[in-house]
Amino acid sequence: MHLSNDILLAAIEQQLPGVVLSHEESYGMLTLETTREQIIPILEFVKNDANLQVNFLTSLCGIHYPDQPGRELGVVYHLQSMRNNFRFRIKIFFSIDDPIVPTATTVWLAANWMERETYDFYGVLFTGHPNLKRILNVDDLDVFPMRKEYKLEDGTRTDKDDRFFGRDGHEGQLLE
Amino acid sequence: MADKSVEMPEGYGGEGFFATSLAQAVGKARANSLWPLPFATSCCGIEFMATMGANYDLSRFGMERLSFSPRQADLLMVMGTIAKKMGPVLKQVYTQMAEPKWVIAVGACASSGGIFDTYSVLQGIDKVIPVDVYVPGCPPRPEQIIDGIMKIQELVRNEPARRRYSAEYQHLMEKYQIG
Repeated sequence: MHLSNDILLAAIEQQLPGVVLSHEESYGMLTLETTREQIIPILEFVKNDANLQVNFLTSLCGIHYPDQPGRELGVVYHLQSMRNNFRFRIKIFFSIDDPIVPTATTVWLAANWMERETYDFYGVLFTGHPNLKRILNVDDLDVFPMRKEYKLEDGTRTDKDDRFFGRDGHEGQLLE
Repeated sequence: MADKSVEMPEGYGGEGFFATSLAQAVGKARANSLWPLPFATSCCGIEFMATMGANYDLSRFGMERLSFSPRQADLLMVMGTIAKKMGPVLKQVYTQMAEPKWVIAVGACASSGGIFDTYSVLQGIDKVIPVDVYVPGCPPRPEQIIDGIMKIQELVRNEPARRRYSAEYQHLMEKYQIG
């Protein structure tokens, strides 16, 4: 069956009216936004529907926008229908003070590791996850490294001389 | 044809005997028959594979037999980026090696974290284990790796017999909390 952005939107709207808060097309790919309360019903619907046949959760990741108060943290789901050769993405946003999202492992098993990675790097807590602990970082790390307030560079270096990295107090000034 | 055998140590010889110091004889034997443990993680591991290949050939130095079991290896060659999560594993492998053991850090990442100055990369393996020779490079060419190996051979050849029992060595091991 030929799937397109409009057909998918119409099917979701018909089954779950009002869950899609907004949608846009970036470079032709459909991006839906919804809430964390509605994300599991949407995922279950698109997976189980006989026409849509969205059978593949390509990716699940987090994102942090510190400049959006109340919507700082987000989780992005990339979905794919192999049968119909169609991809789209769903985003949910929530406050950084309350980073609780229902787990997608009940719908797709692939979400298991990807949610662990999102927890490891952004601190998003997935309720109902069978084993939510750090996956890529050391187990006793006490920060969430991909949040924007955390610096990329290793903070424990003792031998680094900032002058050799262009940080000698003259950043931003033109050479004389 | 040039004589390809190893140089004779200093000593006094006669008909049917040769007297030299034990450290010299053992040192020469060890230096020319090191069994390396290639702890190859990334790109430097590929350069090591080239070094072991026919063109650059580490077997010339007696390192024909690689060992992936630390119990049977003399030289731990750490080649590649070591993440902080890998640090305890590397330390465990080093601890399992029997004395005498030497460590060569090949490449910028093993020596100092290299280009990856991030929260997840160990900034040099000398944060967890003592290192004898560092080979800088990203990646170092096989010739440079061979140069590092030859420096290790020199260390092995000239090692005092009781070095591993000395107070200085014990202090070094305590500093790294090994053993």
